Amino acid sequence: MSEIYDVIIIGAGPGGLAAGLYAARARMKTLILEKEKAGGQIVTTDEVANYPGSVENASGPSLIARMVEQADEFGAERKLDTIKEVELNGEIKVLKGEKGEYKAKSIIIATGARPRPIGCPGEKELTGRGVSYCATCDAAFFEDMEVYVVGGGDSAVEEAMYLTKFARKVTIVHRRDELRAAKSIQEKAFKNEKIDFLWNSTITELKGDGILESMVVKNTVTGEETEIHANEDDGTFGVFVFVGYTPETKLFEGLITMEGGYIKTDDDMKTNIPGVFAAGDCRVKSLRQVVTATADGAIAAVQAEKYINEAFDV
Amino acid sequence: MLELTKENFEQEVLQAEGYVLVDYWGPTCEPCKALMPHVHELEKTYGDKIKFASLDITKARRLAISQKVMGLPVIAIYKDGERIDAVVADEATATSVEELIKKYA
Repeated sequence: MSEIYDVIIIGAGPGGLAAGLYAARARMKTLILEKEKAGGQIVTTDEVANYPGSVENASGPSLIARMVEQADEFGAERKLDTIKEVELNGEIKVLKGEKGEYKAKSIIIATGARPRPIGCPGEKELTGRGVSYCATCDAAFFEDMEVYVVGGGDSAVEEAMYLTKFARKVTIVHRRDELRAAKSIQEKAFKNEKIDFLWNSTITELKGDGILESMVVKNTVTGEETEIHANEDDGTFGVFVFVGYTPETKLFEGLITMEGGYIKTDDDMKTNIPGVFAAGDCRVKSLRQVVTATADGAIAAVQAEKYINEAFDV
Repeated sequence: MLELTKENFEQEVLQAEGYVLVDYWGPTCEPCKALMPHVHELEKTYGDKIKFASLDITKARRLAISQKVMGLPVIAIYKDGERIDAVVADEATATSVEELIKKYA
């Protein structure tokens, strides 16, 4: 019989690692499961400027490395596995992964979210061939080329600025006539000479034979469509997409109450199933940031401990 | 795993007979670095049937683009110098890479 953990956390992003740290520190037998490598979305971010205490040059990877170290230090176990099936209703919850089966008295779901695609023709075929969702992964390909960034939030504008270190010109394509990003980020972007804007615009098609060669941009006010071609000498250009996120919650569909794909919890991170909690970007909330994910993780861990003490009468 | 460069890519991949796996990666690509240890593991199992190699694209950007690689990570399979299959970006996971290799090993 496999051992029974007090709490198993699914996902090792900021939310999961914070939950792991709090749970292990409370001397609960804690396991953090992660598909491939700790970190979540924040590891693809070059600069984390808004997490309290993270100072200049704090990058996603360095912040995560410290969170991992801290969780390890308090005795949280970490394993790499992809969970395929869950049984959450019993007193003992069972998670079935590719490599093994895991049992726990409580579960914290911290599976996070992934970038949402634009959803236009050509996008899927040209992903990794000019279309990208990760600036730190792919910026180097576009040294001295033209790049378009889709979106108007914090991520879009921050990543656009990162891309100016490589590209000769970065154009932000946004469906409205003003940005949604924090004012301080906007100010920096407006001052950056390499950044240009295409307002009231959406991309309706991406074209190219094996590599991105052109795109169709639609004006959201006039409805007019224009095709933008790659510079002839370059032969291609980059489109970086930051138009929001899709929660990683497919595994729990039909099992846990959700809203628009996000897991519904109360203020204590409790889902509709006793002993099952959710933390971070995968749950319904108004602000998805590292700071709110870690706060969720802490609350979930403390509530999991409380639940175990009551339900198992220890 | 064989480290590829601008200088040896032609000989080790394009002129090579049989199967070659190329792991395209970059030092700031976190998903690439997450995948790399899994690829090293797979080399232990399948290394006798497929030659495992990696290319840091920041040192050979034009070469990577010429291979239609413009987004990381890319795990590509070459046969007798022709690129015949690949998993790209988000699709590239430890599981999908093993499935890719199994098709040819």
